Amino acid sequence: MLEGERILMIIYVILKRTFDTEEKIVIQNGKISDDGAEFIINPYDEFAVEEAILLRDKHGGEVTVVSVGDEDNEKELRTALAMGADNAILINNEEVEEKDQHTTASILAAFFEDKAYDLILGGNVSNDNSTGQVGPRLAEQLNIPCVTTITDIEIEGDMVTVVRDAEGDTEILKTSIPLLATAQQGLNEPRYPSLPGIMKAKRKPLEEIDYDELGIDEDDIESLTETVTVFLPPEKQAGKILQGEAADQVKELVTCLHKETKVI
Amino acid sequence: MDFQLDEDIQFLKNNIRNFVENEVEKVAMQIEKEDKIPERTIEMAKEMGLFGLSIPEEYGGLGIGMVGKCALYEELGKTHNGFTTLIGAHTGIGTVGIVELGNEEQKQKYLPDMASGKKIGAFALTEPEAGSNAANLKTTAVKNGDKYTLNGTKHYITNATEADVFTVMAVTDSSKGAKGITSFIVEKDFPGFQVGAIEEKMGLKGSHSAELILEDCEVPEENVLGEVGKGYVNALKILTNGRAGLAARNLGSCQKLLDMSMEYAQERKQFGVPIIEHQAVAHMIAEIGVETEALRSFTYRVAWMVDQGEKLIKEAAMLKLYGSEVYNRVADKALQIHGGVGYISDYPIERYFRDARITRIYEGTSEIQKNIIAGQLRKEYS
Repeated sequence: MLEGERILMIIYVILKRTFDTEEKIVIQNGKISDDGAEFIINPYDEFAVEEAILLRDKHGGEVTVVSVGDEDNEKELRTALAMGADNAILINNEEVEEKDQHTTASILAAFFEDKAYDLILGGNVSNDNSTGQVGPRLAEQLNIPCVTTITDIEIEGDMVTVVRDAEGDTEILKTSIPLLATAQQGLNEPRYPSLPGIMKAKRKPLEEIDYDELGIDEDDIESLTETVTVFLPPEKQAGKILQGEAADQVKELVTCLHKETKVI
Repeated sequence: MDFQLDEDIQFLKNNIRNFVENEVEKVAMQIEKEDKIPERTIEMAKEMGLFGLSIPEEYGGLGIGMVGKCALYEELGKTHNGFTTLIGAHTGIGTVGIVELGNEEQKQKYLPDMASGKKIGAFALTEPEAGSNAANLKTTAVKNGDKYTLNGTKHYITNATEADVFTVMAVTDSSKGAKGITSFIVEKDFPGFQVGAIEEKMGLKGSHSAELILEDCEVPEENVLGEVGKGYVNALKILTNGRAGLAARNLGSCQKLLDMSMEYAQERKQFGVPIIEHQAVAHMIAEIGVETEALRSFTYRVAWMVDQGEKLIKEAAMLKLYGSEVYNRVADKALQIHGGVGYISDYPIERYFRDARITRIYEGTSEIQKNIIAGQLRKEYS
């Protein structure tokens, strides 16, 4: 959006509340228990918040963080406000019983339907389910370009140059706004919310809306996937130290690889 | 009676905890070895607003009460005490004088830069002949027109090498004893001001204490802090209110020592069982737990009294004494639990043991606190 010579950007960040990366996962009654667990902003979404703030500071404009979840998400939204975002919106979907990435993307698509925006940023994946689907699904529903796993972004007028991590290779793309981009590690180093920033965040607007206020029906957004089973990875077994002469050890190793681990 | 911290303070506390765990702990060994806090760590602390803990919001600080400050100091106490001291001396005795006694012009001039950390504060009372006997100052301030000329030497001044703004006590009228002392705001660039030798210390590495030499140092009249002749009372006031903050830092270190001792005692095995199974060790852990918890209650009670504006000379002295003594006892027990590992410099326990020792000496020795407490009690019972 142009105002005189100054570009004013309307930036949204979609943000998920996830388990703290250091939490131990406990399974209870076939589900992951969140009893007493610490929660954080999904680390990849934190890169997105930081980038949004940097872009706003460079080009002018406004950053709004949006999270789909329940009241507990307020804490992570407040953290984003303390980092420097201008507004926060919580879309409550607590009432929806069966939820997956389709649910979240559809709610967000309904939310963005009547919004003007230049850029929507999110994390490449969440550190819990790690599907990486919400961003691309949302872009698809909004019919806007989408670039995933970005490590750099430059905006000039309507043109956007994006560097993305293509599984180790680097791709440079040119695209235009409006754009949805998802952040990869390396995009930036997120700031710690400053203490005065935290105090100021109390006075920033945090709006809460129910998903059904967006004119969507539960049947249309219900989970398309079914979780069949949830299990922890097998515990790492102790290693085996082979003894004896080198030649015997080699013989034993080959036998092990063949019969026990069956890798050859 | 409510022992719950405000939600906002809890939020601030969690953020400082993240910062301490992720950024300061990782450089703690480096600080110890190099006797220097990395620039980047200090810059990050400034960006976080840690230097503005004591400064009201209208001057760019955080604008929180003493209970809130103590909650944050407790988190800062859980890491390298040299780092904690740099921040603590600045936000405590370094800035509180100007916050509480400064006039509007002085506050406007100094506080915004001190809140952002652009300017660091220090407090200069102690002299070679005036330690516990603080009224025995030899530094003089003679008025010449609209200026004062200061002459004398201060020593053991924390943050001396880093500081830009000093709260300096000097004698303006030697015939009046303690009532002839005045506080001044002295900038490091004032003519005749010089930082002398850095003292080599047993601990608190990364925090530097040095001598200040005032040789015909010219201080403009408008830099008199508070009233002329009230310097001694000012100094006591600054030190008294700072005591809750100091205790909170000690509390954080005690909690850290408890955390480390619990982890070690549950992992380390001797005679086939984790050492916490041995009653002698378990009892030391219990004692650390009790004393830490008692210190916590006492700290927040005195902090609450500060916020209520209550008279607290006795309680502040009791807390200064108790907090310092508890920290030393806890550090000693934690070292004993850790055994040989506790004595090795590759692990942090011996560092806490050394850093604890100064708390019984600086900002009023344990013995002086006992004198104050006994004096106050005698007044109450007379």
